[in-house]
Amino acid sequence: MKPAFSVIFLTTLCGMAQGLMLALVGADVIGGGHTTPLAARDFFVGGAVICLILGGLGLFASFFHLGRPERFWRSAAMWRTSWLSREVIAVPAFLGLCALYGWAHYTGQRWAPIAGVACALAALALWVCTAMIYACLRFIREWASAYTLANFVLLGCASGFTAACVWAAWAAPAWVPAYLQATYLFLIVALAVRLLMLRRNAGLKPGSTVQSAIGINNPRIQQKSMGAMGGTFNTREFFHGKSALFIKNARIVFLLLIFPGSTLLLALAERYVNGLLLIAALVVQYLGLLAERWFFFAQANHPQNLYYQVVS
Amino acid sequence: MTQLALVIDLNVCVGCHACVTSCKQWNTSGTAGPLQDLNPYGENPTGTFFNRVQTFEVGAFPDTQTVHFPKSCLHCEDPPCVPVCPTGASYKRKEDGIVLVDYDKCIGCKYCAWACPYGARELDEGRKVMTKCTLCVDRVCSDTLPEEERKPACVMACPTNARLFGDVHDENSEVSVAIRERGGYALMPEWDTKPANHYLPRKITELIDEAKL
Repeated sequence: MKPAFSVIFLTTLCGMAQGLMLALVGADVIGGGHTTPLAARDFFVGGAVICLILGGLGLFASFFHLGRPERFWRSAAMWRTSWLSREVIAVPAFLGLCALYGWAHYTGQRWAPIAGVACALAALALWVCTAMIYACLRFIREWASAYTLANFVLLGCASGFTAACVWAAWAAPAWVPAYLQATYLFLIVALAVRLLMLRRNAGLKPGSTVQSAIGINNPRIQQKSMGAMGGTFNTREFFHGKSALFIKNARIVFLLLIFPGSTLLLALAERYVNGLLLIAALVVQYLGLLAERWFFFAQANHPQNLYYQVVS
Repeated sequence: MTQLALVIDLNVCVGCHACVTSCKQWNTSGTAGPLQDLNPYGENPTGTFFNRVQTFEVGAFPDTQTVHFPKSCLHCEDPPCVPVCPTGASYKRKEDGIVLVDYDKCIGCKYCAWACPYGARELDEGRKVMTKCTLCVDRVCSDTLPEEERKPACVMACPTNARLFGDVHDENSEVSVAIRERGGYALMPEWDTKPANHYLPRKITELIDEAKL
């Protein structure tokens, strides 16, 4: 598939917002260390605003994926059958609950943690919707597994908790150590799941062959013409157009940036108690996430490509 | 229940692209709007087509065959493109099984194209909505065309009669008989989409030994 940057930004930015919300609610419900009620309030309100900004940017990016963005409002209609439609409902629901959570803390409502739990549940539901958009396409075998959901959740949590470290360093420094521990944990589990996902996808056998695509049982079939000279929507949308080496390098880059890269910077930030290093960890990790999501799309091999092997 | 479909005879398709051009001519001229052509006279012409003829070489030299392979939307009985559509723009008509896109509802998100294993859908670069073979629904259901012309434009245009059209749920229709008696098959049966369109496989032909006649 050809990776679309609109969707790459949507899934990574919203994923970070969802992870950050889980981090906020975790501290709100469980507690993460001693801090003054006023500082805690500012931390939760500011964190909710950051979630809104991240999610809003992701939502904004998603509009660039649409041919007819002015008709976006129609896309909530088919929630009974379409995971995309469910996501279209889940994104504003999550953002609305983020706003409610921030407002509840800002005005000192006692039920603010309950709004936070509702918002965290909305974040989880949004992950399910986003991941199922890809995982439900059974013939795109690289996507059609539980790994897709696990990967979205774990990388979202890792980036959200990294963002929580940065925000806590600014607004509630007492909570940074707990957030750092959680971030390390999410990064380790995310790395394990991503490596397992890479191993699974490397061993996949294509579900369709050129024989089943045209229904002729002969081991030697060569396409001579795709019926178009200058390419088609099918060649533009479903082929990434990069070399195998580029794909391999993208995999190395995202693995290095997200896992050892950001972990090392987080550890250095912890060692030297340096906020700038925390910001650097978040930036490096986010660049890695962009590469990871690009790879996620590029690696998906659509069966329609069997019909478009030769340009002529 | 009626399920209209095409049955394509690979024995007689000569790859002339008459179905492609007649499809384009009919479908770019209707009330639904034109099918975009980009750079039509340039080096890399591209555009929206509902039907394409592809060519495959089957076998190893000297036992090779050139197979011309027309491909358009297969109007699946269980179309994976329909349930994924977030707006309901993609739908399957109950009365005749034709899978259609409501161009006024489509937001151009391309998710249906991702969900179609056959690559049967193309986003029109001009109108920015998803387009696909309509089985010439405006011909088939026309009140004004003469009865004998109420068929898809590609079927009308085919000079070798490689394209049959009819109701595959009517067991006595020309298409059902052809599928039944000539081994008609569906593409990528492994995904269980139950394509309505079928293909008739090549028959193995041999030279006639005149001495045995």
